[in-house]
Amino acid sequence: MVNFGGWDMPLEYSGILAEHLAVRTKAGLFDVSHMGEIEIRGARALDLVQSVTCNNAAKLAIGQAQYSGLMTAAGTFVDDLLVHKIADTHYLLCVNAGNQDRDYEHILANNAGAEVENAGARYTQLAIQGPLARTILQRLTSVPLDPIRYYHFTFGHVNGVNCLIARTGYTGSDGFEIYFPPEHSEALWNDLMEAGGADGLVPCGLGARNTLRLEAGMCLYGHEIDETTTPWEAGLAWICKPDKGDFLGRDSLLQQKAAGIKRGLAGFVMHDKLIARDGYPVLSEGREVGSVTSGGPAPFLKQNIGMAYVPPELATPGRHIEISVRGQRAAAQVVELPFYKRPR
Amino acid sequence: MVPKDYRYTKEHEWVRVEGDTGTVGITDYAQHELGDVVFVELPGIGATLERGKTLGTVESVKAVSEIYSPVAGKVMAINETLATAPEKLNQDPYGAAWLVKVKLADSKAVSELMDAAAYQAYISEKEKEHSA
Repeated sequence: MVNFGGWDMPLEYSGILAEHLAVRTKAGLFDVSHMGEIEIRGARALDLVQSVTCNNAAKLAIGQAQYSGLMTAAGTFVDDLLVHKIADTHYLLCVNAGNQDRDYEHILANNAGAEVENAGARYTQLAIQGPLARTILQRLTSVPLDPIRYYHFTFGHVNGVNCLIARTGYTGSDGFEIYFPPEHSEALWNDLMEAGGADGLVPCGLGARNTLRLEAGMCLYGHEIDETTTPWEAGLAWICKPDKGDFLGRDSLLQQKAAGIKRGLAGFVMHDKLIARDGYPVLSEGREVGSVTSGGPAPFLKQNIGMAYVPPELATPGRHIEISVRGQRAAAQVVELPFYKRPR
Repeated sequence: MVPKDYRYTKEHEWVRVEGDTGTVGITDYAQHELGDVVFVELPGIGATLERGKTLGTVESVKAVSEIYSPVAGKVMAINETLATAPEKLNQDPYGAAWLVKVKLADSKAVSELMDAAAYQAYISEKEKEHSA
């Protein structure tokens, strides 16, 4: 067990490799009840969501979810989050465990007339991920899961428990995240394990959650993004929509774009067996030009991969860089993100 | 259970002495803490090891760890199988997954390391701390 944002969480059950491969080829179950939930309600709900996040929540249909960033006035990340539109006057934000309270304070500080609830204690979240996730979850619910498209959700009963059932995830594989009252946590976990055990469903810990998201090229708060990085730098221009109207950080983001981005997030693959880890220096022509934000083995791709901030001209697929691995210079090449893309 | 005829360090390395040769590895507790091992970096044959100084590194999926030499001496052999099958370190840390064989500078110095009973007590204490 490790302490993660105040929660005692298992790093691994059967082993990170086995859990990672199960999610890519069969299915894995993650207890992600540490994730925070903030609910925003009322006639001004959309205005508030729009004013603190960088993506355009006005584009959401009811039953649709969106990846977004909670912004500082400087256009940097207070957090990254999922915005779920439950109704025209009701949004549910799923935020990082360690950031939940300051996210809540930050949203409150910018509130003008919406109801804001720090609702983490009312929800457990379980994530079932992998190519067999839908088949397994379907055994416990009469809600047709196949029609739920990626980044959409619905409400329905899973083994008698009313859940928000979202086709989202943090693994790069197909799957669902379900949100429900915490008193049902243990029963639903056990029911899911029983329903999927014969198909190879395995419990997965934080270790596999990290290797899977890295292999899928997804950002982790505190690594690729934080209060010093902007969406432009983090390769997240696709969630940054200054054209939607004013929001916190918009002016800074437009200024940064006009002035030119000074660094970009690059994915890289190591050429030999040496493994890049968080914080290792990135070299180009012998000079230190950046540092690794996340690095490690990619168990499914069987390569050693990582992400790093480098000058924008180096953040281009094909460019050769070196990683300083405990004093040894190890060759690496910048590649397109994500490293892993699931077959559709 | 930890093998009786080995000696141990607080950093979870072991050494087994036969004559003036010491075989060095990491303990079962160490491999369990590391998790799935994916790469083992060992010194070259002929390298001189100092007691308590870095002998090599073990990379697992989640982290990298330095291995400290429990003995001083000269590397006579390295376990080549770990280059292609690093996972052996998870499967047989006290046997097939030894790391290096060392010609000991001082075979008596080994007696300063923990014996099996002392090491067993040491890790039992660690496990208690973990579960507390």
